[in-house]
Amino acid sequence: MINFDNVTKVYPNQNRPSLQHCNVAVEKGEFVFLVGPSGSGKSTFLRLILKEERPTQGHVYVAGKDLNKLTNWKVPHLRRRIGCVFQDFRLLPNKNVFENVAFALEVIGKPNRFIKKVVPEVIDLVGLEGKQGRMPDELSGGEQQRVAIARAFVNRPMILLADEPTGNIDPATSIGIMKVLDRINRTGTTVVMATHDAAIVDAFRKRVVELEDGRVVRDQSRGVYGQAY
Amino acid sequence: MRLNFVFQEIWIGLRRNLTMTISLIITVAIAMALFGTGMLLKRQVDSSKSYWYDRVNVSIYLCSKSSSNDNCAKKDATQQQRDELINSLEDLPEVSKVEYESKEAAYERFQTLFSNTPGFIAATKEGDIPDSLRVRLKDPSQFTSVISAAENSPGVDQIINERELLEKLFKILDGLQWAALFLALIQVFAAVLLVGNTVRLSAFNRRRETGIMRLVGASNMYIQLPFILEGAIAGLAGGLIAAVLLVGSKLLLIDTLQESLQFATQLTWTQVTGVIIFSIAVGVLLCAGASFLTLRRYLKI
Repeated sequence: MINFDNVTKVYPNQNRPSLQHCNVAVEKGEFVFLVGPSGSGKSTFLRLILKEERPTQGHVYVAGKDLNKLTNWKVPHLRRRIGCVFQDFRLLPNKNVFENVAFALEVIGKPNRFIKKVVPEVIDLVGLEGKQGRMPDELSGGEQQRVAIARAFVNRPMILLADEPTGNIDPATSIGIMKVLDRINRTGTTVVMATHDAAIVDAFRKRVVELEDGRVVRDQSRGVYGQAY
Repeated sequence: MRLNFVFQEIWIGLRRNLTMTISLIITVAIAMALFGTGMLLKRQVDSSKSYWYDRVNVSIYLCSKSSSNDNCAKKDATQQQRDELINSLEDLPEVSKVEYESKEAAYERFQTLFSNTPGFIAATKEGDIPDSLRVRLKDPSQFTSVISAAENSPGVDQIINERELLEKLFKILDGLQWAALFLALIQVFAAVLLVGNTVRLSAFNRRRETGIMRLVGASNMYIQLPFILEGAIAGLAGGLIAAVLLVGSKLLLIDTLQESLQFATQLTWTQVTGVIIFSIAVGVLLCAGASFLTLRRYLKI
């Protein structure tokens, strides 16, 4: 599903590469934790999958397609098949829960009928039954992150990328968020989650890819956060 | 494509940027009104030009006793001098007709022309206005040979090429027209800069929305269209105000000019409508184009 083939990324005006010679393959339906300290290249890894950045060297394949060869006008179609969740939720403060989730479908031109049918289903899936009309500032952090997950998943992407989704949330609530991500993973969606949260990684026992200074230093199925040390 | 969604986004954008949008509309309105006025003046001048140039003559005034010209030596031109001149002019290939106007006929025409100002008529007696030859040309621009043929003939006092008189008038009107177009150009420049700033503000205000749109894979057109249409709508509003101003300038400026300068032709409303439609189109395209160009700088795709 995702394949990094000897990928190196150096940002302009920076000497140190953010990723060096990375080789990672993620199969369809896998759940992968991407761990490592700040600045180890986790976010760059995710941005390369979205083609927000191009690799300086090497190739990134998503669903069998070489992103280097993907023309710019086809990038939106790539992104429609990838959902994204961030630490800071990125909800629209002037729209309620339903509208925030519906926005993702509206802007890719889905018909209203479809939106009215699909959005409530996804809101239920993330555990926000009955809160469709709430505004983001009326929700707790955990609930806001659930809205963001619903928005990322509403178009049924094949890949869900999560960049520190529990970074702003207390540990107890984080478990709930992880359950939602796990539920999404069980529908067959590949999930790649970058995180610092050792407790979560240890509790879930999924595949762990550890980055350090832009290199893959560990790739372990059913791993824990700090096993290497 | 979901139009109601796009229009909702445009409405939000315009409302958030209300003051910028208003100043943009005003600038576009003034620019397009000046531009349209320039075009209206040009049409008026062009049509008057062709109307008048077809009717102008070269007038050759003959000597009279009161003339100060040395060529005349304080004597009236003789019958013989006059006949010779008429014959030689009629022989020229450029001339289509030569008419003689006697002193009596000239005085009569003077009286009817200035019937509104009796003081003028009272101060002038028959014979003060010299008799003249009116030479009509086949092609009004071919006047040089007539002038050189008549210039040194005996009994000729003064040659007046009416075309030259008209040209002075048209030069003033041309100047007016270019002044309007020049001011319009400056306003257009200001409008383009304003569009740039408006789009920049708008892109900044809507950065959350556009960021999410990018992430969920909205097409570039979907992301850019609200901004471009925002510009186009401001341009349209400016153009409509300019249309009102143009109707005003037709009624107040062009028609007044036409009355006081006795232009033979009057601009038709069809012509005015054409200019108005053209100005509105230019306003809309200008704003839409300028927003498209600035978008490329401030909106990452």
